[in-house]
Amino acid sequence: MFAIDPMLNGELLWTPLVIVLLKVLAVFVTGLVATMLMVWFERKVISGMQNRIGPNKAGPFGLLQTLADGIKLFFKEDLIPERSDRFVFKLAPFLSFVPAFLSFAIIPLGGDFRDGNNGMVTWFGHTTRVQLADPPVGVLFALAISAIAVYGIMLAGWSSGSKYPLLGSVRASAQMVSYEAALGLSLGTVFLVTGTLSTSGIVAAQSSIGNWNVVATGVVPFVIFLIAATAELNRPPFDLVEAEQELVGGFNTEYSSIRFALFYLAEFMNTVTMSALIVTLFFGGPQPISFGGIVLDIPLVPNGLEGTIWLFAKVLVFLYIYVWLRATLPRFRYDQLMDLGWKVLIPASLGWFMLIAAQRLGRDQGWNTFVVTGVSVAVLGASYALLQAAFKVSAKQREAEGSMF
Amino acid sequence: MSTFLRSFLTIVWFGLAAVLIAGLLLWVSSIVRPSKPNREKLLSYESGVDPIGEGWSQSQVRYYIFALLFVIFDVEAVFIFPWATQLERYGTFGLVEMGIFVFILLLGLVYAWRKGVLRWV
Repeated sequence: MFAIDPMLNGELLWTPLVIVLLKVLAVFVTGLVATMLMVWFERKVISGMQNRIGPNKAGPFGLLQTLADGIKLFFKEDLIPERSDRFVFKLAPFLSFVPAFLSFAIIPLGGDFRDGNNGMVTWFGHTTRVQLADPPVGVLFALAISAIAVYGIMLAGWSSGSKYPLLGSVRASAQMVSYEAALGLSLGTVFLVTGTLSTSGIVAAQSSIGNWNVVATGVVPFVIFLIAATAELNRPPFDLVEAEQELVGGFNTEYSSIRFALFYLAEFMNTVTMSALIVTLFFGGPQPISFGGIVLDIPLVPNGLEGTIWLFAKVLVFLYIYVWLRATLPRFRYDQLMDLGWKVLIPASLGWFMLIAAQRLGRDQGWNTFVVTGVSVAVLGASYALLQAAFKVSAKQREAEGSMF
Repeated sequence: MSTFLRSFLTIVWFGLAAVLIAGLLLWVSSIVRPSKPNREKLLSYESGVDPIGEGWSQSQVRYYIFALLFVIFDVEAVFIFPWATQLERYGTFGLVEMGIFVFILLLGLVYAWRKGVLRWV
């Protein structure tokens, strides 16, 4: 197994190997600690929004509450229901937990993107990225991994051999694949603007606020991505998968002890990863905030470290938004959810993608900007009118059939 | 081995580390946790009453159709992404071609909609 790693072939170079090991360790610990803090953060913020105190006993401000809960779960009896498919039942937590970590590997966690440094920092005399791996198709990898996470949920529900988990998992799979399509298509515009699929390349292209993809692609893809990501994470208002009032706990109803903890960790890990991915793709990742040539510089901190601080600050904003959404919005109905995914988000992301493509090509080929904009807006308007007509027709048909919704 | 595969290999090591950690957690827990199973505990959960019938009940075929539709749009992404990174290279011809491609795909979506596949209730 070791022989296939080129780093271990021939002359053994210790420094790069140590750097890779350090990175694996650091990214792993960062992931776990971030997840634990996220659980605490969510409970604390939501209790604040609901006029409660929230966890405050374990450690300062209740910071160690997650750890306490985790230790408690260690000592709980692990029950595998009689009717379950034992092998798949044991496999499913792994399928959920491992992908949650894997997508963290491609996110630039820091680095110096200023002055044409391109995110490189020097550790022990070696230039490297503050990123575990930088494959040229990083974003594609993240999308693929998030699709694998569906298996964990689907198999967990199916293997339980029980009704609630089965219902929850079938719902989850249908929901996740529906929004996966919108999620992927909304990224098309980001690739148009940056011209690369690598996460570090995408970050390097967003040097100032005007270049941030959220501005450069128009705000629409970001909004679509945010909605689709929330649905992909099965977080409120799209948490039909584990809708407590109807499905008990959804796909993980039959799980107990540490197996349940793995699902729980994976869920929060995914939230952190998705926020980091949003920041990377649309908000410049570890790039400092800068506008009009003025860079907001954190004093006394070396440039190499500053990126990490910026990234965490930006990620925190999105984690807060997720908690905020949960505290504010009621749950969707299933047919509303599917309608939103297929009839609004997918056509909108495709339409916006073609619009931006035409705009960029027009600028590149020197077409008349007014004509391009005029034609684009006309086409967009026509498509919108057609979509509205389709909605109207389908609503009328439903009414004729006496359907309630 | 190229640097392209090199970064994926790092991810594989990382994945192995995650598998190991999950395995370690399960192993430690299997040592310290009690195990006193009885028939009642191993019943599948149905809100406190005895489970009725099979656990693997039938589910709507609609879920399956959505999975099929998803495959279409995910494969589409495979075509769109490489083109998106090379927009300027293929120029107007590429744009028109992609427009036709997207139009045909949307026709498929409209067809599914018209057939009532996207209807839930």
